[in-house]
Amino acid sequence: MRPTTSAEQTKPGVQEYKVPLNANQARVEAARCLFCDDAPCVKACPTSIDVPQFIRKITTGNLWGSARTILQANVLGRSCARVCPVEELCVGDCVLNEDGRAPIQIGRLQRFATDYAFARGWRYAEAGPASGRSVALVGGGPASLAAAHQLRIFGHSCTIYEKRSRLGGLNASGIAPYKMTDEIAMEEVDWVLGIGGIEVRTGIEVGCDISLEELEQDHDAIFIGAGLGADTLLTDLPGSELGGIEGAVDFIERAKSGCVDLRRVKRALVIGGGNTALDAVRLLVRILPPGGDVRLLYRGDAAVMPGYAHELAAARVEGVGMHWHTQPVAFLGEIDEESGQPRIHALRCTRTDDRKRPIPGTEHTLACDLVILAIGQSPAVARIASTPGLEFVGGCLRVDATGATGRPGVFAGGDCVNGGTEVVQAVKEGMRAAVTIDEYLKGVER
Amino acid sequence: MKPDLTANCAGIVSPNPFWLASAPPTNTGEQVMRAFEAGWGGAVWKTLGQPIQNVTSRFGALRHPAARTIGFNNIELITDRSLEVNFREIAAVKKRFPERAVVVSLMFETEAEWKDAIERSIDAGADGLELNFGCPHGMCERGMGSAVGQEPKINERITSWVSALSSIPVIVKLTPNVHDIRPHGLAAQRGGADGVSLINTVKSIIGVDIDRLIPQPIVGDLGTNGGYCGPAVKPIALHMLAALSRDERFHLPLSGIGGISNWRDAVEFLLLGASCVQVCTEVMLHGYRVVEDMLDGLEGYMREHQFYTLEDFVGRAVAACSDWGDLDLNHELVARIDADQCIGCYDCVVACADGGHQCIARAPDGAPRVPQVDEEECVGCNLCEIVCPVPGCITMTAIDNGFAPASWNDHLTHGARLRPKKGSHG
Ligand SMILES: Cc1cc2nc3c(=O)[nH]c(=O)nc-3n(C[C@H](O)[C@H](O)[C@H](O)COP(=O)(O)OP(=O)(O)OC[C@H]3O[C@@H](n4cnc5c(N)ncnc54)[C@H](O)[C@@H]3O)c2cc1C
Ligand SMILES: Cc1cc2nc3c(=O)[nH]c(=O)nc-3n(C[C@H](O)[C@H](O)[C@H](O)COP(=O)(O)O)c2cc1C
Ligand code: SF4
Repeated sequence: MRPTTSAEQTKPGVQEYKVPLNANQARVEAARCLFCDDAPCVKACPTSIDVPQFIRKITTGNLWGSARTILQANVLGRSCARVCPVEELCVGDCVLNEDGRAPIQIGRLQRFATDYAFARGWRYAEAGPASGRSVALVGGGPASLAAAHQLRIFGHSCTIYEKRSRLGGLNASGIAPYKMTDEIAMEEVDWVLGIGGIEVRTGIEVGCDISLEELEQDHDAIFIGAGLGADTLLTDLPGSELGGIEGAVDFIERAKSGCVDLRRVKRALVIGGGNTALDAVRLLVRILPPGGDVRLLYRGDAAVMPGYAHELAAARVEGVGMHWHTQPVAFLGEIDEESGQPRIHALRCTRTDDRKRPIPGTEHTLACDLVILAIGQSPAVARIASTPGLEFVGGCLRVDATGATGRPGVFAGGDCVNGGTEVVQAVKEGMRAAVTIDEYLKGVER
Repeated sequence: MKPDLTANCAGIVSPNPFWLASAPPTNTGEQVMRAFEAGWGGAVWKTLGQPIQNVTSRFGALRHPAARTIGFNNIELITDRSLEVNFREIAAVKKRFPERAVVVSLMFETEAEWKDAIERSIDAGADGLELNFGCPHGMCERGMGSAVGQEPKINERITSWVSALSSIPVIVKLTPNVHDIRPHGLAAQRGGADGVSLINTVKSIIGVDIDRLIPQPIVGDLGTNGGYCGPAVKPIALHMLAALSRDERFHLPLSGIGGISNWRDAVEFLLLGASCVQVCTEVMLHGYRVVEDMLDGLEGYMREHQFYTLEDFVGRAVAACSDWGDLDLNHELVARIDADQCIGCYDCVVACADGGHQCIARAPDGAPRVPQVDEEECVGCNLCEIVCPVPGCITMTAIDNGFAPASWNDHLTHGARLRPKKGSHG
């Protein structure tokens, strides 16, 4: 008898959340697509992938062309197929929703086509004739990868400066493992670099190991795709130095590489109301020992939280408890018997009102042995941002509609510009900046 | 190496083999320009002729339960726009897209009318002419269209007038409303045509309104027969194409038409000898943008098969088109069901029981719902494989029965030994 679709194993205990479609499932699903004109799904995609066209090509068995349609619009289309919040983007706008019918599973079809193409090593773009110009890219995440690929098509040589030991950015380290493994992200990095002519210099932090001005000496233009920085921590609350209190992005990264020890964790609290918080709770319910209790703590409620409704609904189904209108005031610890070090064992909280202000006299204590802070990331570009001509507003680099900063020859895109959204948005901003850089380089005298 | 999709049909060269057929999508210059922007390699202009008047409604559809149109029917006539406007627009299209093929479809009555239209087509810069001897409704009642295509002598006569007058290639478009296509292709060849295109639409009644008691499409209180096209006619077109490709007396290049919706369909026509294809219904239903799949689907196919030009595979399936009497009667297939893939719908069981040879059994009670094929009785008809909803679950597997290949003709001529029959149940 037919087995249900094989769920790819990610890390032990973490099964893929949206399983792949097999060829027959993909064909049947694709055949449901109405091939709309001026389709809302295309408009909902930041990279404007021609969704009806790539789906039609699945129905005809033209997977070569299907993946081409996707990857030419979005070089990271294979990651996006897995990590995009499609419920909020293309799938959410499918016209079948209007008819009360199930929308087309666009993400899973995109995954089918791009996985097929990757398995065969298909590539669609070649580097253009050498322009003699070179571009430095700060950071090696989705924004820079997309920009570099497009710049190579234009014939400019590229050097990526990445402070960490590998490329991929948060698309490799930050994505919850039940959405995508980092092997997939790294395969895609190799695929992007496969266009050739992209020099990669890891372990170099721009603004620290090398200044922006120095990069300007060596290159004709600069793209800043440095993303966001480390997790914001509640260092001003008493007890913040205790063991067992971690930043969410850091925690997810270590959990993905199997470097967290959760054997004795019975109750985890995640503080925050954004998508990172929701990723953290959904990851924890999968990796805590059986019987573990996971709760989300947020100073607003479901109606005002920035995290996606579909992610919240999934977290609820998976058994995550919610403490709305609650905010921490102190971390309470005790000496951990095993390590002999002080470790969190409870959180002192207060209730908040509709405007997220603490309500006096509502303090209470929640037991816990792990606290994950998902309350934001600090800007990564603070150091670089002081360079004359760059404007830094509300933690974001300011660019115009084409991706140009106020400093001639310096462009930017991705999380460091938009304050942190999605991979697909970073890709769009990277590709957009590449077009602007190409125009800029054509106009600059040698 | 990137495959080269350049096509050459009857001396008319286009950057790819995908042409729009003469029909509503080629009605005006504005449309043809948009089609060329979308990537079409050529267009056969909506048939020009003396002024006509059309009816409403004009179309009917044969639908699949999933609301998809699989067959399409029309009672539209030729162009209802003036010759002046058409020729002016043809010239404008050709000027803007010199490398695309623009073929002008013509349908006239008198030699003088033909002469005038041919000269004006050439002046407008047309790359070729297509003679519409195929329209099966309306025009044929006036002695044109399929009335010409069904009479080899008239076909030959008009083709020879046109060929004598034309300095550009002449393609004769044939009607499928004949019992054997070959005499009609040969008549065009004798008349001096440079190529033949086929098929035009098939005479049909698409349906009857069972509440109003009138055949469709309904015009006022009446209906009439129309021309059938779309995916459902592809098998008819493929057969007629193959019949001409196989005929040793016939040497003209062929342009394949009828039910082409995607690159796969197009490849089938090319393999049976078409050097380019024409599309109407699929564009009417989904727009010029369907050419994108045709272009990169064909490119992907050529890459996979290491074909670098169309000549590498045009006509490559013709040699395998044979006659029944030459098929190997000792070739033996049986259906095998992959238990791992089977979802237990039993559609194959009922099909074999009622329409096959009663050799698929349901699983015993309590056992997993996987049907069992009795290979001793299975005649290898592949009905079960056709009804199975899971591609690849039922495979028709060749078994070695120890008999040497033998056809009916071998059996008749030298008594070749045939394997015992199966599935007759005693
Ligand atoms: C926990 C979490 C989960 C997420 N889940 C999703 C999801 O499911 N779907 C989705 O679409 N998006 C998700 N995102 C958002 C997504 O990961 C980002 O929007 C995207 O990665 C931004 O790409 P980027 O290139 O702008 O920045 P990043 O991916 O952050 O890459 C920036 C790179 O620059 C490097 N860098 C920084 N400063 C310097 C410097 N000075 N010198 C050199 N290198 C430097 C960094 O090390 C990093 O590699 C998630 C984010 C987080 C935090
Ligand atoms: C509405 C309609 C109008 C057509 N008009 C013409 C015409 O003017 N001249 C002609 O040669 N064929 C005409 N055809 C036939 C098409 O060119 C084509 O031969 C036929 O539709 C089969 O191709 P298809 O299955 O791709 O539609 C018409 C077809 C349709 C559906
Ligand atoms: S398709 Fe256009 S022309 Fe035809 S009936 Fe509808 S609106 Fe009128």
